[in-house]
Amino acid sequence: METRNIVIVGVGGQGSLLACNLMGRALMIEGYDAKVSEVHGMSQRGGSVVTYVRYGDKVYSPIVDDGQAELLVSFELLEAARWFNVLAPGGTVVTNTQQINPIPVILGAAKYPENLLGKFEDNGAKVDAIDALALAEKAGSSKTVNIVMMGRLSKYFPFSEETWHKALEQTVPPKFLEMNKKAFKLGASA
Amino acid sequence: MKELLLGNAAVARGAWEAGVCLASSYPGTPSTEITAAIAKYDEIYTEWAPNEKVGMEVAWGACLAGKRSFTGMKHVGLNVAADTLFTISYTGVNAGMVIAVADEPGMHSSQNEQDSRHYARAAKVPMLEPADSAECLEFTKLAYELSEKYDTPIIVRLCTRISHSQSVVKTEEREKRPVKEYVKNPQKYVMMPTFARPRHPIVEKRMSDLRALSEKTELNRIELGGTDLGIITSGTCYQYVKEVFGEKASVLKLGFVHPLPEDLIIDFSKKVKRLVVVEELDPFIEDHCKKLGLDVTGKDMFSLIGELSPNIIAEKFGVLSSKGKTIEEDIPNRPPVMCAGCSHRGLFYVLSKLKAMVHGDIGCYTLGATPPLNSMDTCVCMGASISGLHGFVRAGGKNAVCVIGDSTFAHMGINGLIDIGYNQSDSTVIIADNSITGMTGHQENPTTGFNIRGEKVGKMDIEMMCKACGIERIRTIDPNDLAESERVIKQEMNTPGASVIIAKRPCMLLKSSKPAPALNVDEGKCTGCTMCMKIGCPAISMRDKKASVNHTLCVGCNVCTQLCKFDAFDVKRGLKYGDS
Repeated sequence: METRNIVIVGVGGQGSLLACNLMGRALMIEGYDAKVSEVHGMSQRGGSVVTYVRYGDKVYSPIVDDGQAELLVSFELLEAARWFNVLAPGGTVVTNTQQINPIPVILGAAKYPENLLGKFEDNGAKVDAIDALALAEKAGSSKTVNIVMMGRLSKYFPFSEETWHKALEQTVPPKFLEMNKKAFKLGASA
Repeated sequence: MKELLLGNAAVARGAWEAGVCLASSYPGTPSTEITAAIAKYDEIYTEWAPNEKVGMEVAWGACLAGKRSFTGMKHVGLNVAADTLFTISYTGVNAGMVIAVADEPGMHSSQNEQDSRHYARAAKVPMLEPADSAECLEFTKLAYELSEKYDTPIIVRLCTRISHSQSVVKTEEREKRPVKEYVKNPQKYVMMPTFARPRHPIVEKRMSDLRALSEKTELNRIELGGTDLGIITSGTCYQYVKEVFGEKASVLKLGFVHPLPEDLIIDFSKKVKRLVVVEELDPFIEDHCKKLGLDVTGKDMFSLIGELSPNIIAEKFGVLSSKGKTIEEDIPNRPPVMCAGCSHRGLFYVLSKLKAMVHGDIGCYTLGATPPLNSMDTCVCMGASISGLHGFVRAGGKNAVCVIGDSTFAHMGINGLIDIGYNQSDSTVIIADNSITGMTGHQENPTTGFNIRGEKVGKMDIEMMCKACGIERIRTIDPNDLAESERVIKQEMNTPGASVIIAKRPCMLLKSSKPAPALNVDEGKCTGCTMCMKIGCPAISMRDKKASVNHTLCVGCNVCTQLCKFDAFDVKRGLKYGDS
């Protein structure tokens, strides 16, 4: 099979590292060659964070370049706009509708853009938007936004529920497993 | 067994499989996870050292005792350890010793983008460069064999994309290795002129032997494809080249990057019509090819600056097929910020209010340089704030202080303070002690009193250390108490002689830090004066000309309440942490 490209973006602190570990586990369980790229360090302090997921028979580059991603998964709306250029023609934006104001907006030096979902569609993307924050709170904690979004993303993979559950068990601390399973399910069925 | 491992974790696994018994490192992005992962193997004594030079020397001492050892660092860490490296190149090793160095083209979390390959050449030690996690594991194991066979420390060079991407590795069991006996040999290990002079020819002979190995090792391999174009590359660039060209071009993949082969490269050049080197940062391989008299292109096409990518490579070769669309909209930046409740926020607010000239250092607090605090004037490298301040003050600079974190102080800051204590200047040194190494992701350090495994160990007392350096005036403040912090800092800045102010408050993200209830804004009292916006707290924003608190982020640190002249922040009506 040809290599599939997914880009997961969000705001530092939203748990993108855990999300990409979950993705990696699922891909291993399914037996693919996979590469998952993360960013650590300074950008994690509330900055814009991007992770790349690639899988197939043989994967070379660990990063997904401009115009190559079939799925852009965003934990925050503005980040979907920032990274929109990674999307391949006809690709899908899977996004949380939650808005987190970056410092320039908080300080009044910039405006949070309006009607971004419409603009994604105007630029030829399919849009799958959910209120992941509300669903995360329903699952028991606003901190499970990442897992709600991964649940949503799971709809785009032909993997069994068992694969995802196993992957969750391998990535989430046992104490929070049930809550995360619930968050995953809520995201998948929203 | 097949596993998906981070490049860094694969280096750790390789070290474990090779029978390594000791690892000593200082954290630094993107290298930190190597040593953090090694610490999970019970068989390996692992420690955070106060700095990279100490880490390298600890590893060297361990290899003399006959056990395989490891040290890992980021590119700038190698500057700190360079003094050691250049001479252990002469002494060689007993059991194998590997140094992992992670470069950071693109400077995701660094202050420069130096190219570590120059160090391998300058210090005359071999260097391997893996291109994915599987090679990280395999090359690390091989590095130990080479280290012992050629009696040399050896560098495994990584970069952000190799260190921080997960790919599939094949794991094996740990090798059982006998301890090599230590044999007294001052001619080899005591590097005074009489003994060092005869070591130098041994080093040159070793490099010549390694050059011969570089010609025939499997780490350097030709992948013959289309012969119109031949590309010489290594590391993550190899993956990009394969992504773009597949079998359409021929590739010479170099895993043994110092010393570089000569015959192999000449042989490859003869097989292809056009020869191009694809490498990030400096023209290290390209210069080598040019020295061989080859007609080669490299940095004429590719920048010396930043990272490459498949698209950049495709574009330069004129084969870029598709490009993504950009949303036509002003997308506000999202720079990293100090967390809500960060203990550095109050300190930098006070320094900005005092319009102080601030010599800064490396850590989370470097974010004090960004708006709206804008209260840092310099940041160079670990420890430079203290010595820089001393020079600035000695040369007549006014109204200056420096800010350095606890871990950075222990790393290299103490040296500068010794200078201030010894040569005495009117310097005010602020140690922002948040009880952890923050930016690299919460590593323990000598001032926390816990080791890499979280066990209680020795503790370096910052205050006593300052006293021992010859500082008599030492004050401690809570940086969240703005009035008191301002009073003390002002006083010390206006008092002749050297002083240290320890701004002590643990990082809010520590498990032991218990968040207080989130604050609420009494809209009747809030006049919209925006005073509370001057601290750049991500939890506070203006909504309809009134301040508003994000309850998910607010940890009730109360720095904002001290700025509000109208008593608009209400503690009692606030919700509990985590509620919304």
